[in-house]
Amino acid sequence: SEKMQRRQSSKTPKRPLQIHHKNQTDLSAWRKGGRTDPEKSVQNHQSPTNQKSDSKQDSLEQALSYFEKIQDHVSLKKNNVMQKHLTTVESIALQRGLPPEAFDVLLNVALSGKLADTVNTRLLKSLVPASVIPETSVVSSVSWLCVSKCSGNIQLLFLRWLITVFDFIDHKEQLHALYGFFFSFLQDEKMCPYVCHLLYLLTRKENVKPFRIRRLLDLQAKMGMQSHLQALLSLYKLFCPELVTITLPGKMKTYLKNYEGPWKAAINAIRRRNQENSPVLQPLFLGTAQPQSRKRKWNTQLIIPASSTNKNNLEEDREKNRVDLYSTNESLPVEQLQTFSQLLQNIHRLEFPSQMGSVLTNPLLLHYMNCTKDESIYLRLYYWMGQTLQEECTWCVADNNQYEEEFKDFLETVYKTECFLQEGFSSCEEFLYKSLPLWDGFCCRSQILRLVSWIPLSSFSEMKSHLYDPLAQLFFTSSLYFKCSVLESLKELLQNWLNWHVIHLDSESDSQVHSLNTTLSGLVNVVAELIHFVGWISTVALRLENNPTFLLYFILDFYETVCDMYLRYNLPLLIMPPAGVFYPALLSMDSVSLNQLCYIMYRYRTNLVAAKENELSKTKILQFKFSSQTYQEYNQYIIAMVGCLWTSSVFQKDIHPQGLRMDDELLKKTTVQEFKTSFNIVYHPAMMGYAVLFLQQAWPDDTTFNFSLIK
Amino acid sequence: DPQRTAFLLRKQWTLYSVTPLYRFSDARLRDYARLLSAFIAAEKQKGLAVEVGVELDIKVSVSSLPDLKGSDQDQAAILVQLSSRSAASSKNSEEKLIWSGWFCCVSGDDLSENVPEEFTCLPLFLANGGESYTSIVGSWFQKTFDCCFRRLAISPLNLSWMAAMWTGCKVDKTASAMELVFSVPRLPQPLNISYAIHPEDAKALWDTVQKTPGEITQEEVDVFMDCLYSHFHRHFKIHLSATKLVKVSTAIASAHCDGIIKFLQSQYLTGVLMLLTELAISQIQ
Repeated sequence: SEKMQRRQSSKTPKRPLQIHHKNQTDLSAWRKGGRTDPEKSVQNHQSPTNQKSDSKQDSLEQALSYFEKIQDHVSLKKNNVMQKHLTTVESIALQRGLPPEAFDVLLNVALSGKLADTVNTRLLKSLVPASVIPETSVVSSVSWLCVSKCSGNIQLLFLRWLITVFDFIDHKEQLHALYGFFFSFLQDEKMCPYVCHLLYLLTRKENVKPFRIRRLLDLQAKMGMQSHLQALLSLYKLFCPELVTITLPGKMKTYLKNYEGPWKAAINAIRRRNQENSPVLQPLFLGTAQPQSRKRKWNTQLIIPASSTNKNNLEEDREKNRVDLYSTNESLPVEQLQTFSQLLQNIHRLEFPSQMGSVLTNPLLLHYMNCTKDESIYLRLYYWMGQTLQEECTWCVADNNQYEEEFKDFLETVYKTECFLQEGFSSCEEFLYKSLPLWDGFCCRSQILRLVSWIPLSSFSEMKSHLYDPLAQLFFTSSLYFKCSVLESLKELLQNWLNWHVIHLDSESDSQVHSLNTTLSGLVNVVAELIHFVGWISTVALRLENNPTFLLYFILDFYETVCDMYLRYNLPLLIMPPAGVFYPALLSMDSVSLNQLCYIMYRYRTNLVAAKENELSKTKILQFKFSSQTYQEYNQYIIAMVGCLWTSSVFQKDIHPQGLRMDDELLKKTTVQEFKTSFNIVYHPAMMGYAVLFLQQAWPDDTTFNFSLIK
Repeated sequence: DPQRTAFLLRKQWTLYSVTPLYRFSDARLRDYARLLSAFIAAEKQKGLAVEVGVELDIKVSVSSLPDLKGSDQDQAAILVQLSSRSAASSKNSEEKLIWSGWFCCVSGDDLSENVPEEFTCLPLFLANGGESYTSIVGSWFQKTFDCCFRRLAISPLNLSWMAAMWTGCKVDKTASAMELVFSVPRLPQPLNISYAIHPEDAKALWDTVQKTPGEITQEEVDVFMDCLYSHFHRHFKIHLSATKLVKVSTAIASAHCDGIIKFLQSQYLTGVLMLLTELAISQIQ
């Protein structure tokens, strides 16, 4: 029975059992020979799984908490516990790198001088990042450095480490603020080369100050021509050539040595291993941090970090800025924009990032985009998005299939941005038109269909050839679920169009509306074309799939939006569903469809009545009025419906060409007695359940289900 | 002036299409060179551009080539050159050109007339040199001017157009043979068929096909290619029409379907660039 227990425990998932029903038969108790307490037996099955990584994670956590709590100067030699934890940290670091939270603890221990140098060295050498290094841990390490609690060698090792893993630090704002502190370390002769290298990485134009240049020149005078000092000086000269007046020799062999260190090899090994395991490189995205870009192509990046334009170097005329008294010379750099209140406070001096593609994942910038009228930002975004979509499309470009996951995420991001801005991108629309004819209907399906729903409304419509034809081809040859997804996305497309129309109707004075060449009749035609298209594919689909309820639900959902267009969205258009949709719904086997249909017919009536009233009252000059044909169509349907559900006269009265008219002789052949009264709502197959329920409640004892009792 | 553009000839250029550059000014080329060299230095420090051996000091120059234009509306071409001064070649400080790339626009009115003022249209980019430098320079342009680079492939249809067009051009000196390279699909080992035609024969054939001088229609190109294919078939019993045309070489220029071009005659340089600009624009719009 011991063996049995182990086998069972390997199969149970590692999820703590929260509820256990006492009246459920506990088979495990029975198998183990009658342990009656279900709670205990269940707990035994919660033994940890055989997954090694979880146990490794636990041991890492243990090691970290050990190092965190370590108090006095502990020697390594006699301490087995520390040995064990140290080896744990090292092995995990080499295998897959340390998680971000580990750095704070380990750096604190290593730089605080509590432990011997041998331990500190091993700790520092195992600081291989798995993903990112939190800036706070680096900042606190610098403060340890200032206090000089650890030995000189450890300080040097720390600096070498910092230079090697510089790119993994998630934010660097605080590090930039500590520039002066780093600069002050230059006086230490041993640290000087490393500090120079670090400063080389950190220096920005604003850090170049005359007193720093003087300091460097002094050091150079003291120590002679050192290549690392030269490197820093030449960088300063690059930023501010007017401040660094000395001439630097052009030919220098090496400016700054590239320190390999044990970390570089480990990082590369881990990266290689990750690439082997998962074909998808996990992109790092942390606000404005530099993500690990795909190594495959340098020219397309799906995720771009927002970085401000280097305005000082690119601005056309500095004079212009000085004259303008009301605006500050400086604009808020995009990297500093973190909260909504910051956006509001600085909205007058914000600038868009140097690459517009980075706004996709930045809601604050999207808000700002909504307020700006500057056409060039839209054009920049248009070009970037269009090119990226076309370049990365996995079914249009041969090599791209392996990057499907990334492309899917990208499409998802584009969709979310469209939802945020509540409008579609024209570059996205063009991409759809280009790629839909080549699409297999499978790759990135839900993302593509959702993007379809954001195609903008314009009266210049070539929707038929660009959208409807390729979509219809896929629609007819696909599964039921695909058909329903398409119908849902077309319904959302219609709703987006109607919403857009309502919003722009309110702002009629807006000249932009007219510049888009949208006349009301043009819009009505485009919307009508969509509705007719859906009507057509729905009819065919119902035939192909044999009227399933699932499909009917989506179709009727679409018409729920259609029937209310006049009253809810102020669009003077009323289109009845085709007979191929109406009759299957009317005669469907389930009450949901019938109910939906009745609701839809009710709303049609409300709309028609309101339209008629407006027409008759002549209070406003109407551009449109519904033709009498629309009323006739509606009346035909309603006659059929009433006949079907109430007056049992549908077979006589229904005059619709695709309707239910049947001769009496044919009806007699059905051998239904009293056929003149037997085809109404009571006997409708969809309502059968309700009828039965009614009879059961009214006459609980009667088991003969005599439907004629219901009047 | 053919002398100034002579250095563009007889080099293999990789083609890219570039979307319009935002806030680019050709009065600030020196500043751009400065910034680009700082960027290159920083990138190399990160170990992205791996240089084996002695570290090189890289000098960047950005200049304008006003001759390479189609019409006055076109933006003048911009040339970026990276040269290195290796420490080994000590005193003379000889500069060795290690990479060059240039943006140009020849008769690109289709694109430039629809674009607002802040944008500069230079839709064609040609690069010669190491891929690592192309990626660094390209990344800098993308980051600074918010543009997008994409490799420009040349379809077999366009290649056959080039073959027809360039065959008809008059060349002074004895021209080199016209060569077409075809790649045969679906074989276990890749097979390339090279078909060389005497340039005068090719020109004679084209002259009989072309009806109106200065105008070329799709039918004429098809007829021209079909003649070549049937001639080949008569001798070797291979249908070249079933293979993929991957490279066209004439006395004027040679083009590869991966988007690689080589200019051989300076008098037709602008003509070829016009065609390539058109291809680049169609990839952008």
